[in-house]
Amino acid sequence: MADTAATNPGHDDHADHKPGFFARWFMSTNHKDIGTLYLIFAIMAGVIGGVISGVMRMELAAPGIQYLGWWVDMLGGEASLDANLHMWNVFITAHGLIMVFFMVMPAMIGGFGNWFVPLMIGAPDMAFPRMNNISFWLTVAGFLSLMFSMFVPGGPSGLGAGVGWTVYAPLSTGYSPGPAVDFAIFSLHLAGAGSILGATNFITTIFNMRAPGMTLHKMPLFVWSVLVTAFLLLLALPVLAAAITMLLTDRNFETTFFNPAGGGDPVLYQHLFWFFGHPEVYIMILPGFGMISQIVATFSRKPVFGYLGMAYAMVAIGVVGFVVWAHHMYTVGMDVNTKMYFTAATMVIAVPTGVKIFSWIATMWGGSLEFKSPLVWSLGFIFLFTVGGVTGVVLANGGVDDNLHDTYYVVAHFHYVLSMGAVFSLFAGFYYWFPKMSGRMHSEFLAHLHFWVFFIGVNIIFFPQHFLGIQGMPRRIPDYNPAFEYWNHISSIGYMVMAISIVIFFVNLIYSFTVGKKAADNPWGEGATTLEWTLSSPPPYHQFETLPVIEDHHDYHDHRPASA
Amino acid sequence: MNFGDWPKAALRIVTTLWAAALLALAPQVALAQDEAADAPVAAAETTETEAAEAPAYTPLGPEHIKGVPEAGGIDFQPQYTDDGQFAYKMHTYLLVPVITVISLFVLALLLWVVVRYRRKANPEPSKTTHNTFIEVVWTLVPVLILVGIAIPSITLLARQFETAPEDAVTIKATGYQWYWGYSYPDYGEFEVISNMLSDEDADANGEPRNLAVDNRMVVPANTPIRLQTTSADVIHAFAVPSLWFKIDAVPGRLNERLLTINEPGIYYGQCSELCGIKHGFMPIAVEALPREQFEAWIVSKGGTIGGADAAAEDAQSAADAAAAGDAAGAVEAETAEAAAE
Repeated sequence: MADTAATNPGHDDHADHKPGFFARWFMSTNHKDIGTLYLIFAIMAGVIGGVISGVMRMELAAPGIQYLGWWVDMLGGEASLDANLHMWNVFITAHGLIMVFFMVMPAMIGGFGNWFVPLMIGAPDMAFPRMNNISFWLTVAGFLSLMFSMFVPGGPSGLGAGVGWTVYAPLSTGYSPGPAVDFAIFSLHLAGAGSILGATNFITTIFNMRAPGMTLHKMPLFVWSVLVTAFLLLLALPVLAAAITMLLTDRNFETTFFNPAGGGDPVLYQHLFWFFGHPEVYIMILPGFGMISQIVATFSRKPVFGYLGMAYAMVAIGVVGFVVWAHHMYTVGMDVNTKMYFTAATMVIAVPTGVKIFSWIATMWGGSLEFKSPLVWSLGFIFLFTVGGVTGVVLANGGVDDNLHDTYYVVAHFHYVLSMGAVFSLFAGFYYWFPKMSGRMHSEFLAHLHFWVFFIGVNIIFFPQHFLGIQGMPRRIPDYNPAFEYWNHISSIGYMVMAISIVIFFVNLIYSFTVGKKAADNPWGEGATTLEWTLSSPPPYHQFETLPVIEDHHDYHDHRPASA
Repeated sequence: MNFGDWPKAALRIVTTLWAAALLALAPQVALAQDEAADAPVAAAETTETEAAEAPAYTPLGPEHIKGVPEAGGIDFQPQYTDDGQFAYKMHTYLLVPVITVISLFVLALLLWVVVRYRRKANPEPSKTTHNTFIEVVWTLVPVLILVGIAIPSITLLARQFETAPEDAVTIKATGYQWYWGYSYPDYGEFEVISNMLSDEDADANGEPRNLAVDNRMVVPANTPIRLQTTSADVIHAFAVPSLWFKIDAVPGRLNERLLTINEPGIYYGQCSELCGIKHGFMPIAVEALPREQFEAWIVSKGGTIGGADAAAEDAQSAADAAAAGDAAGAVEAETAEAAAE
């Protein structure tokens, strides 16, 4: 592979001229730098969101209110029973919003999407580099707005927005006076605007800037996944923007969109929110699907099994994902026919998801598996995502959901698909592409150790939560009947195991940047066949000044130049 | 009524098959069956003792607590409604086996490829990238499994949405920040305000913490209840796990659902929609009583009872239940008619 460097004009010195520090990192128009910024941002937001969940698990380790008062004092409030309970609601709200909008989305789409969509399709950069920059900084501004909301009054009882990540009216309108909720809502406007701009950028890039010869059906599955995700973003986020704008006007300008006293309806907000919210869960997982496909193929040394089925399964998930939203609202009092429809439609999604699971296994079937850390994380993903998926089938049944709705069973379910599904794919992608992005090798030992400790930790956290939910423990409560103590306590112990694994992750980062070996152009061997591996590690500041050409002999799997 | 019959038959076959196939694999399933078998015996005993008591109202003591979480429990709370038992069976004998088998199947495939196709065991990867037959199989088999789940699922929904009979007892639960109000429009429109007990008071009563309340929602057992929910401020949710019952209380809306509790007892639940700072501290305690004691309670609260109509109504409702083909209802109808005579 070494000779590919010679064929690539990107290595010329003039092409690698980088701007000064401020111009490079604060006014960036380079997709790789912006991707790096997104990843750093996502890691920082993830640490904050993760610390908040640590506070929550600490509080829930035993019945009673133990630690919230300390945090109220710490964050500038005055501890009292009401203030402590408000603090709890602020934490659950912040944890949800941070993890969804400022960790998973920026890492998946902003980070890996920015870095690898142009590289994989053989493009020099994104279609709109300046728009790319504003997308990132809007996300940062949104995060600051959310952080700021935690330090201004958010209701009669304390600082911060304590309305849940779903921001249901009328709790979020007439019953949460103070600017905190406005700032939290505005943070979603900013992050949402950034995402909409990012989505248009990805769609334009993928449709117009593919290397000559790279048809849609020769495109790597990761690029397919980002394309479908970008369409979901483009169609779903404006609905969220509309809904939360109506919240703002209900709050501040006396409109009554969601206030029955003026002819509005609180349930309308839920319909609008979940029309966004359900596609959102696929926005969070589809790029992960794409990464898993690349990784499984690479380390099996085998093309993805059923490529077209894989690509169109994602399209199907995206389409069906728009018509199942009300399964988040089974208990609002909808009529029986509506509930039957949403039950049936929701179950349909299990079919394309199953196609993907089985296709990944079929890709490995007959392959020659090398258990590098990205593959190990992917294997963990496939299993845990299946577990999270099947509990989704249970919840899909509107009649069964009557007992599980808004309990810890739901919490366990969506953490299995997100905290294990999405996050496992993020770590898989991180270890897969870290040598390419940084030019340094991470420690495979630490990456494996990170995997095992994280795997054990998150399962101890979340598996018992199924039991809690089945026994009837509601979500979003800071205190509980002592009968729930046993599994809550175990769940909290799991958090500590998980936290250790995150320390291992950071040690691995320090290791690679200090003593890590220099990474080869392609550290993963002959299975890695997409275009990013034909470049140096890290890639030149401007790549593909001469576009790579996808010839007739190239298929969807192998895009390497013939000489390689 | 016939709507649900053929899916029920299908469900019976499916559950029997699953139970047979999985008995050895899943000991907790077997345990659950034992519990289910014990329940009716206990139920019969309680009903008899209740009936013997005097009509004057005394709140049920802690020995009558039935719907309550079990320490360290991993299964649903025992179910005290017919729909709850149906849903419980569907979950335990259909959903849990199906999802367990699917998860273990995927795990087994993963372990197999890990062992069989590791680089040392298989240095040369195959070039296979398509197999139409297998792709059709793994699309169609999940479809069939989902259809098998959908049939009882739709049946369950149809049962849950049966309209309350005309003579059902109407009770309106109103959510407030942060307590419940229960009003009884059939008996003079009085409202009972229900607040959570402190830990000390709950302990003193021998009731569970965070679940016990000062004034329970008292309802007649074995009688169709038209339970309506609404809210005076934000959205709350009225949820009782042991009755398989959860419906949101939404301001500006009146939600309604039929609820028939099979036996007297105390059933605890909690608000299940984030409603502000004390969301975790507005529990629900349903106290189901035999009809006579329920009416004694109504009188003790200053409510009015429709006099002789009540007994006739009781007989009528029970007769309705009998007409609906409900075996338990039929027994009830006979006793109620005898009482009316």
